[in-house]
Amino acid sequence: MELDPVLLSRIQFGFLITFHIIFPAFTIGLAAWLTVIEATRQVTGREIYRRLFDFWIRIFALSFGMGVVSGIVMAFQFGTNWSVLSEQTGSIQGPLLGYEAFTAFFLEASFFGVVLFGRDRVPAWFFLFACAMVALGTTASSFWIMANNSWMQVPVGHAIVDGHIVPVNWREIIWGPVFKIRWLHMLLAAYLTTATCVAAAGAWYLLRRVHVPEARLMLRWGLGLAAVVIMPQMWLGHLNGEYIGEHQPSKFTAVEGRWETEAPARLVLFAWPDAAAEKNHFEIAIPKLGSFVDSLDFESSQPGIKTIPRDERPPILIPFFGFRIMVGLGVLIWAIAWGGVVLILTGVVERSRLFLWATFLNFPSGFVAIIAGWFVAEVGRQPWVVFGILKTADAHTPTLTGGQVLGSLIGFAVVYLIVYGFGFAYLYRVFRVGPQSAPTPVPGATGARPLAGAGRLDDPSQPMED
Amino acid sequence: MDLATLQHFWAGIIAFAILVYVILDGFDLGVGMLFAFAPNERWREQMHASISPVWDGNETWLVLIGASLFGAFPMVYAIFLSAFYIPVTLLLFALIFRGVSFEFRHQDPAHRGLWDWGLIVGSAVATFVQGAAIGTMVEGLVVVDGRYAGTGWEWVGLFPILCGFGLMVGYMLLGACWLVLKCRGAVYIWAGDLIRPLLLGVLVFLGIAFVYALWSRFAVMARWVDLPWMAVLPATGAICAMLLYARGGQVRRDWAPFALVAIIFLAAFATLAASFWPYMLPFSVTVAEAAAPRSSLAFMFWGCGLVAFPAVLIYTAVVYWIFRGKVKTGAGYGH
Repeated sequence: MELDPVLLSRIQFGFLITFHIIFPAFTIGLAAWLTVIEATRQVTGREIYRRLFDFWIRIFALSFGMGVVSGIVMAFQFGTNWSVLSEQTGSIQGPLLGYEAFTAFFLEASFFGVVLFGRDRVPAWFFLFACAMVALGTTASSFWIMANNSWMQVPVGHAIVDGHIVPVNWREIIWGPVFKIRWLHMLLAAYLTTATCVAAAGAWYLLRRVHVPEARLMLRWGLGLAAVVIMPQMWLGHLNGEYIGEHQPSKFTAVEGRWETEAPARLVLFAWPDAAAEKNHFEIAIPKLGSFVDSLDFESSQPGIKTIPRDERPPILIPFFGFRIMVGLGVLIWAIAWGGVVLILTGVVERSRLFLWATFLNFPSGFVAIIAGWFVAEVGRQPWVVFGILKTADAHTPTLTGGQVLGSLIGFAVVYLIVYGFGFAYLYRVFRVGPQSAPTPVPGATGARPLAGAGRLDDPSQPMED
Repeated sequence: MDLATLQHFWAGIIAFAILVYVILDGFDLGVGMLFAFAPNERWREQMHASISPVWDGNETWLVLIGASLFGAFPMVYAIFLSAFYIPVTLLLFALIFRGVSFEFRHQDPAHRGLWDWGLIVGSAVATFVQGAAIGTMVEGLVVVDGRYAGTGWEWVGLFPILCGFGLMVGYMLLGACWLVLKCRGAVYIWAGDLIRPLLLGVLVFLGIAFVYALWSRFAVMARWVDLPWMAVLPATGAICAMLLYARGGQVRRDWAPFALVAIIFLAAFATLAASFWPYMLPFSVTVAEAAAPRSSLAFMFWGCGLVAFPAVLIYTAVVYWIFRGKVKTGAGYGH
């Protein structure tokens, strides 16, 4: 069988981005939260915040490390596998990603070293400043990535000169019609992901009756943040849908899952869309609600998939189900967060074991929702890589053979299996042990900083510097 | 500002970033390779502590090079990465193992050996691939109509492989000088003793590479005949090499060996750049041909070039200053 290098490259890119997105999705919120904890500790002087910080910084360090290495991979994918895309759109995508490297990566990487190793080398205010710079770096990174991706979704502000895409108006390119909503949607998704994880860790410790004071704080902060963020997030999701309806009818109709144009339109809750037969199997739909959800008007006409030419339709199943998974998990997070706030306010949360179990088991929801949403955005954009301008099939590196891509894909799969297998096991171990009341070194871990205070490991005759 | 100035500005920034990357990540990768020869955990502990706070920032220069090329010279980005598909993939695997080993060796004492080998092999492969890529570029890539048109295997040649091994020795030399700067006791003495043999290795390699480039690429020879004053570049490197060889590890100032090696690398890089200017990919694509349109270069110039770039330099310097002096053993990768 002839190997299709384009399909293999798409699988490779999807695989790599799916793994990568897990980590920034988590660290954007976590960096901000660590900054808040450190600030609270400096203001209140309470030791519990130091224990919280020292615990979550270990989680952050592991996640950040895995995010950095999977992110470096992404920085080169455009050139290795999608050289025509790079060459044609490099003058727009390149500067946006260049800004990311200049304004975000160096902030993160440089100040992360200070946060991890520098607490006893810098004054307290500078330490807090370093935490804030790491948080700013992760946020800036999301800004540029979403600006770049939004341009690929709805390209504006450019001209086409000699077959090359040339930037004309940078303000328009960055602050395009869909960017602001998509960026905020992503940021809040990251905060929700962190919040559900923090709450889940707290619930887990409360169920096991360990680290109770820290666990209470984690549960309250996590649920509280999720409860505040979830409603604006759902509203942003709705606005996002409106923009997609306006700019990307092919994605919009695939997500809605209606084949025919309907007035008033039904809301398809569940179905198995059949692209070949152009119809749905096992459909469950609610009359008129589709019109209302799409336009806040119960009678409006909504387009169907058949309005899109066959060769411009995306693969339907992934955006269709991805969207429903994302929304379903959003509703789940909403229920847990608001239910949790009620239980906290009535003072019974620690006795509600069922609720604590639900909160604990909810930890992957944010990640899965982000990945599902990202799949909706990216697969729903197909067959275009830059919507309406460049097709994915035409953007591939021409010299690349199927065998080469298959080789690299298998290589990445094996490397990621090893590295992330161990990485997730370490994350689990750190979570399982939980926050430590006193800085006790892990047995055998000679690298732990507390030992520096406990005594010298090598030649004791040499004095310690600073 | 006119177009040529913008093009030269970005070529200059990228050249600067490559130089900084080679020197900074060069010592990280060199220390990583020297890990293979450290006899016990106490030594490894010290070596590790000397690079753990800074390796991530150092590696970021590589991302900066990639992103700047993508933005300012998208043609070179596309040609380079498609020509080096397999080596770049290997480089990424190597950087993954190198990167996670810092955190993982601390998390998991039971598998510390595994992650130490991840660091050693990751550093070695990453270095080799970088050297081989430089060698391949010097030999020239097949470019037709602005697109790469080779087989993807040009890097498996005698000269690229020689460059790969040469760079491994070079980075180990940087690593040894870094250890002299940051360590004490047994590690300090050991690293100092390594300087002379490693330096000899680097000089032999540089000599072969230079002669080969002159002999095989007529255009390079012509340039050196036209502009003989450029000989000041390799001459500077040679003087530093002599100074370094004279002292070896027996120095009064612990920063001196590292500074000398940094100048040797600077001289070698400048020699290479001077041989090929104004070509970005030797004798196929010039800086002007590869450059992005004016609007892209100008957009990056005002924000990245004038604001972000100096800021990066400043806080990179601040972080190095915070972690100045000899490492405290026991202050390794812990939280």
